[in-house]
Amino acid sequence: MSLLNVCDLTLGYEGKIIVNKLRFTVNSGDFLSIIGENGTGKTTLVKGLLGLINKYSGNIEFSEGITQSHIGYLGQKNLIARDFPASVYEIVMSGFLNSKRFGLFYTKSQKEEANRLMERVGIAKLKNAVFSELSGGQQQRVLLCRALCAAKKLILLDEPTTGLDPIASADFYGLLSELNKEGVTVIMVSHDVTGAIRMSSHILYLGKDASFFGTTHQYLHSNIGKSIMVEGCPCDSCAHKQKEVL
Amino acid sequence: MDIFSYSFMVNALIVGVLIAICCALLGVVLVLKRYSMIGDGLSHVGFGALSVAAVLNLSAPLYIALPVVILAAYFLLRITEKGKVNADAAIALISSSALAIGVFVASINGTNIDLQQYMFGSILAVSKGDIIISAVLTFCVLVIFVLFYNKIFAVTFDENFARATGIRTSVYNITVSVLTAITIVVGMRMLGTLLISALVIFPALTSMRICKRFKSVVISSVIVSVACVIAGLFTSYYFENVPVGATIVIYNLGVFLLYTAVSLLIKVTKKK
Repeated sequence: MSLLNVCDLTLGYEGKIIVNKLRFTVNSGDFLSIIGENGTGKTTLVKGLLGLINKYSGNIEFSEGITQSHIGYLGQKNLIARDFPASVYEIVMSGFLNSKRFGLFYTKSQKEEANRLMERVGIAKLKNAVFSELSGGQQQRVLLCRALCAAKKLILLDEPTTGLDPIASADFYGLLSELNKEGVTVIMVSHDVTGAIRMSSHILYLGKDASFFGTTHQYLHSNIGKSIMVEGCPCDSCAHKQKEVL
Repeated sequence: MDIFSYSFMVNALIVGVLIAICCALLGVVLVLKRYSMIGDGLSHVGFGALSVAAVLNLSAPLYIALPVVILAAYFLLRITEKGKVNADAAIALISSSALAIGVFVASINGTNIDLQQYMFGSILAVSKGDIIISAVLTFCVLVIFVLFYNKIFAVTFDENFARATGIRTSVYNITVSVLTAITIVVGMRMLGTLLISALVIFPALTSMRICKRFKSVVISSVIVSVACVIAGLFTSYYFENVPVGATIVIYNLGVFLLYTAVSLLIKVTKKK
């Protein structure tokens, strides 16, 4: 069952088209990675999916009861002021602001849900900690937790491991994988191609000339993806394995 | 105390405390959103508008200055939001132009306007009408901050995320800048064109030295702001000829240095 259906989507700024007639589908439980070189419209696509910019043409359809404001969004961290005074709890709770239109204060069930999610992503002990004093990996978990509070089923991450050291990145990817297995649908923009291929079920490649959308396996066997080496490709006669042996 | 036997002092205290509350609350948002210079720009536009209104002999210069400054607030916000033009340069241009127009117009028409009073403020400039305006304004600011506290936090912390969750962030930005415009026009005649922006920026910046959570920054800012205004008013009352605006800013500077020293002390003891 498709959760998100994008059909012939065209996006851009001030008349300049950046994303042209893009088509892809995300099913419930998928892990879609959006990869591609700089300037091919990855972040523009994210903004389009979130409704932060108006689309020129095409359709973005959500189903299974979610709407645009129910995407749990984890943006690029450099847009948040480093010295911003805020506790972890204050930030996590702000994820709930989409769920109740007229609610001015957080409800008890929201607070319980927040506690559960903080436990889940491993920041329960940091509840009253100061955001700006946390490590990069911890900060990213806090923002992920906020995204989960906002999300019903779908989270959208824009280069979530930028600025993290390799260990923190691996930790973060591990957590994402687990959440995905528990049923959270993930769309992730990444420039870490190998990491993305290892984790995702589907790949959307945005290129200057051509784009590709399909399963990760299909991507690896496409002309665009052939050059990429990974471990554990499921087919025996596959070029990747041979490359690895060599 | 005999200070309360002078009605102008009572008026100044009431307006001062109310404006201090507004400045502190709005200041937290402005400073954290990197809009600190908007306050400065607006006070200069307010000066220009007040001078022109006074020269034209309009009976109520405040009612000319208010809409002009609100309009200016809207444009300054748009400039800053779009980030296309160099925002800080644009604000500097607008504020110096407005200041120049104000001084020029006032000088051409002879010196029947007290430029000094506009620049550096005066307790005597506070009228009964100011009390009503600042009371209504403070009521609005407080109601908005209490009712929409969580959304204000979300928009200030991460505007993109807030927009993605469906909050109409431009409404919040416009509300904040309009309220700032009114606060500045009302406050600038007491504190002075050149000094009112300090009241917006100082309390938030001071509080951020020690307070590391949004709620504590908001509460501390209000306390610092009100305390400095009251202390400034009393000081300028007991030492005659001391301008109230400058005194309040000096108090703010003192508290800022104190907070900075304390935060350094905390850092040192934590390391041990």
